[in-house]
Amino acid sequence: MADISLGGAAQSVGSIQSSYMAQVHRRRLYGGLTLLIFVVLMVSGFNVADDRNAGGFWEGLHQISDYPADVLSEAWEKRADLPGLVAKYFPALVETINIAAVSTLIGAIGGLFLSLLGTRGLAKWPRLIPLFRRISDIMRAVPEIVIALVLIFVLGGGPVPAMIAIAIHTAGALGKMFSEVAENADLKPVEGLASTGATWSQRMLLGVLPQVAPNYLSYSLLRFEINIRASAILGFVGAGGLGYELRNAMAWGPGRFDEAAAIFILLFGTIVFFDQVSSRYRNRLTEGQGQ
Amino acid sequence: MTATDLSLTKHNADKLFQRKRLIGFGIPAFIFAYLVYIFFAFDISGLAGRANLDNAVTLASDSWSHKVHVTRDNRSGEITYAVEGERKGTYPEGQRPDWVSGDEVITIDLGGDHIVRYLPDNRTEIEIPGFPLIEVQAEGRSLTSNLPADLPDWISASNRRIGITTPEGRITLTGARTEVFNYFPGWELFWFTLDSPYHGQGLGAILFGEQIDPTRSNITGAISDWWNNAMWRHKDVAWAIGETILMAFLGTMGAAIIALPLAFMAAKRFSPVMMLRAATRRVFDFVRGVDALIWTVVLARAFGPGPLTGALAILITDTGTFGKIFSEALENVDQKQIEGVESTGAKPLQRYRFGVIPQVVPVLLAQILYFLESNTRSATIIGAITGGGIGLMLTQAIQTQKDWEEVAYYIVLIVVMVMFMDWFSGWLRGKLIGRKD
Repeated sequence: MADISLGGAAQSVGSIQSSYMAQVHRRRLYGGLTLLIFVVLMVSGFNVADDRNAGGFWEGLHQISDYPADVLSEAWEKRADLPGLVAKYFPALVETINIAAVSTLIGAIGGLFLSLLGTRGLAKWPRLIPLFRRISDIMRAVPEIVIALVLIFVLGGGPVPAMIAIAIHTAGALGKMFSEVAENADLKPVEGLASTGATWSQRMLLGVLPQVAPNYLSYSLLRFEINIRASAILGFVGAGGLGYELRNAMAWGPGRFDEAAAIFILLFGTIVFFDQVSSRYRNRLTEGQGQ
Repeated sequence: MTATDLSLTKHNADKLFQRKRLIGFGIPAFIFAYLVYIFFAFDISGLAGRANLDNAVTLASDSWSHKVHVTRDNRSGEITYAVEGERKGTYPEGQRPDWVSGDEVITIDLGGDHIVRYLPDNRTEIEIPGFPLIEVQAEGRSLTSNLPADLPDWISASNRRIGITTPEGRITLTGARTEVFNYFPGWELFWFTLDSPYHGQGLGAILFGEQIDPTRSNITGAISDWWNNAMWRHKDVAWAIGETILMAFLGTMGAAIIALPLAFMAAKRFSPVMMLRAATRRVFDFVRGVDALIWTVVLARAFGPGPLTGALAILITDTGTFGKIFSEALENVDQKQIEGVESTGAKPLQRYRFGVIPQVVPVLLAQILYFLESNTRSATIIGAITGGGIGLMLTQAIQTQKDWEEVAYYIVLIVVMVMFMDWFSGWLRGKLIGRKD
């Protein structure tokens, strides 16, 4: 009697073990296959990119530091001019920051409306929710450079095309993040306000906004960081600000590397500064919510 | 509660209200003041003067239509017919559009009773309803015409150049040549160029009809002619999109591979040496702060233009971002699982593999996939700067300032590409770590 049950138990342990091992093997096989595919993709992708590049990876590798070294050494020789150059390019920096700030502001306002109109339970016209969501998807999908280049053709160079381009993308991106926050908003205050006969805008302003404001602000600050980078890049394709000055300084080539160095320093300093400031405030905003 | 207590509370409440009211009005007032400042700083009032509305009209109409040029070279008398005036869109010898007729006198019917006649000896007659017949004679470098002195604003004339713009088409005359532009809706030659035998054939005729080109079967021939279309360059466009996605893929994945071990070095729990931790963090901050723009510029000097440069620029910038995110995720790892694995006698490497990695993988994968999508957009922009991918094709098409239908095509493709990557990364995230909701 005891023998039989022990034998049965041993058998079932054995079968459990073998089926477990089979499962482990299968999982390892799948994991190995996925890894293999990934490695093949990476290696072949690298080779394709290397082939289609003007200079090869291995030839270029030892030249990486050449250009920064040239710029730095020339800037070091002319280090006395550097403060003057930094002062000279400061207005361009202000323009870059202004582009980022205005587009974040306009984009955040646009994203606010898109999110409120595209969230179930809050929307003014519930039937149009899919429409507003698609609008925000498309606005998010269009890279800034597309709109910027087209607008530069129509409006001429300068900060306005960049501002509009970044604002459109920001509205779409923030619209999505905002609506994720708004979905978790408590609807009771909204219902309470509705019972007093409040209009839609009153309900949103008094019932929803106070709940979501810290998160919205935090996301907007994060977006501001991203937009400073974007506005510098768009300057490079002709939209004014620091990027534009950088392109000009680069076009002059050696002899004017001190100007490029001054712009590099300004850009680096600005990005680091706003990153630090915004992450401080974002931490405070999200911590304040936890309490 | 005494009266003084009450008045104090009241006073405090009043102050609170006042402060809130100040904030309630102060913030909008501040925003408004800032916008006013921007209005002047960006010279928005001068924008109307700088804006070129003609450009906007050209852009809007050209993006969905095409024009066919009928050109007479006034020196040789030769007449060419070309879509968009491009050599690649020129009608082959002996062929011409069906709205052109005649041999000695070439009659061009623009529609709506607008008729242009190319007469012998470089004479041109233009019939426009509601306007007397226009006759122009080109001689050497100058023009003589019967145009009256006071012209409507759709005609511009000098003795060197006459331009007539009608709703049906445009006519320009100079001493050297006479050109008529006839506008049609749609993207002409999108499928096949004029030299392809499949031009003008319907889908049914190609799929099920008789063999059109004796040397090739219909389907392979049609696909190859479409793929090698010299006007729309479908092959190059496909390669460019591939390059852009490749840049994003290589950059994102490479950054993740490099950032993971570095993140362990930057996380307090796994890296006991304070100096090493701080140094790694500064490296992350530095490569993030330098920004993709500067990295692109620097790397383009070393590697030349192309997709590899873009991929490396994304890789370096994102190594910093990933390093920061990953190390934060590693700091938040639950110690209990590591202890559990340790209690079975696992060595340090096994503790990482079975105690740490399973906890952080979902967070890391979600971040990597999110960046893959956002880097597709960055790769478009970086491509425009460094010279690779669809971003380069778009900037080139915009800079030539005439192929607006191609610009529209590229914009549609870019938006579709980004939306596809968005969907794809969401789908992959769902497959790998389960849906959030």
